[in-house]
Amino acid sequence: MRPSVPVPPTEAVIRLRGVVALLGRFPALAGIDLEVAPRRIVLLRGANGAGKTTLLRTLAGLIAVAEGQATVLGVDLVADRRAVRHRVGLLGHATGLYDDLTVGDNVRFWARAAGAEADDAEQALVRLGLAGRLRSVAVSRLSAGQRRRTSLACLIARRPELWLLDEPHAGLDQDGRDLVDTILREATAAGATVLLSSHELDRSLQLADEVVTIAGGVVVADTGMSAP
Amino acid sequence: MLRDALLIAGKDLRLELRSRVALNQVLPFALLVLVLFAFALDPDRGLLARATPGLYWVAVLFSALLALQRSLSVESADGNRDALRLSGLDPAGIFLGKVLAVATQLAVLEVLLGVGVAVLYTTRITGWVLLAVTCVVATASIAAAGTLFGVVAAGLRVRETLLPLLLLPVLAPVLIGATRAFEAALAGSPSEGWPWVGLMGVFASLYIVAGVFGFGPLLEES
Repeated sequence: MRPSVPVPPTEAVIRLRGVVALLGRFPALAGIDLEVAPRRIVLLRGANGAGKTTLLRTLAGLIAVAEGQATVLGVDLVADRRAVRHRVGLLGHATGLYDDLTVGDNVRFWARAAGAEADDAEQALVRLGLAGRLRSVAVSRLSAGQRRRTSLACLIARRPELWLLDEPHAGLDQDGRDLVDTILREATAAGATVLLSSHELDRSLQLADEVVTIAGGVVVADTGMSAP
Repeated sequence: MLRDALLIAGKDLRLELRSRVALNQVLPFALLVLVLFAFALDPDRGLLARATPGLYWVAVLFSALLALQRSLSVESADGNRDALRLSGLDPAGIFLGKVLAVATQLAVLEVLLGVGVAVLYTTRITGWVLLAVTCVVATASIAAAGTLFGVVAAGLRVRETLLPLLLLPVLAPVLIGATRAFEAALAGSPSEGWPWVGLMGVFASLYIVAGVFGFGPLLEES
């Protein structure tokens, strides 16, 4: 895998202090403190509704920071959250794919949108096992697992510096889940940082360098940089 | 911005080529509207001939609503709006790309509707230059205003019904100008039509400038 943009080895990729984020009037994040070092794989744990997805979307610059201080990849999210977006890759519950386009069309489009080369899209298709017949199949005809692979291919082709993954193993078979883990390790080896939420705890605990537990919109346990 | 616009336009036109929504749904709808007008206004009474320019542009407007709904609904599906916001594409480029794609589809539709009018209404086509320029300017206005108001409605559950309510009043000047310009062209007095084209040009410029600057903030809010 080609290296991502170099990150200073000692500077935190994510630095949150008392971050509050609102969904409507509800504070889905109620004062999050978090620091993540570069090239780490961080597992976000927590029950449904704990705030994991909101945290990932806030870090991606999709949800405004209502209170507190938030810096991601050196970008102040309070001042300009849009500035970080093209440097992160978010894999959420939705696929972000155009149903009527083929797998190849989707991966090439999102790669080009991110300024990546056609070669990056091709490599991503090969890496996710989509370079054969599936390349020419419309996304609407894919299984859930194949859609997930296509979304991952779009993400890889963009070569983000920060990967934000919400249940990345969901819908994948055993080989697919293993492949995701391999890709994430390769990404961090190439300089990227990964935050993922997953209910597959055994697998994710083996993958993660540190674990952050969230409940009620705040961090209640952290084995990494934020640990006291 | 231009690169982003061409990327989005290419993607939207490829979506249309693969799905053929405009070809299989919008075009038959537009031709059906023409046929119904012909039934309602008996060609033998002469009323149809006088109303042809207006009927043509009403058919174009109704069809444009369908094309615009399609253009914006593909971005509302399955997290595509978030993916667009994360892509790093210039919002102004996204706007111009979507306008270009919708305008291209409308241009094809207008040519086919023109053939339909000539055949069904037995209209003798004259003033080609004025007709062509009117189509270009009116199409740009419809596509730009439609894309801008479409993103306003896009995040709402009632978007399908809200878009026509928002858009049709805004496009009333374009409908009037295009109809008057067509009337002048078909009557063989094109000089009377050019001022209307100029007026539409002003509206087209306003809609495009508003879209270039307003689409980004509206995309954030939708």
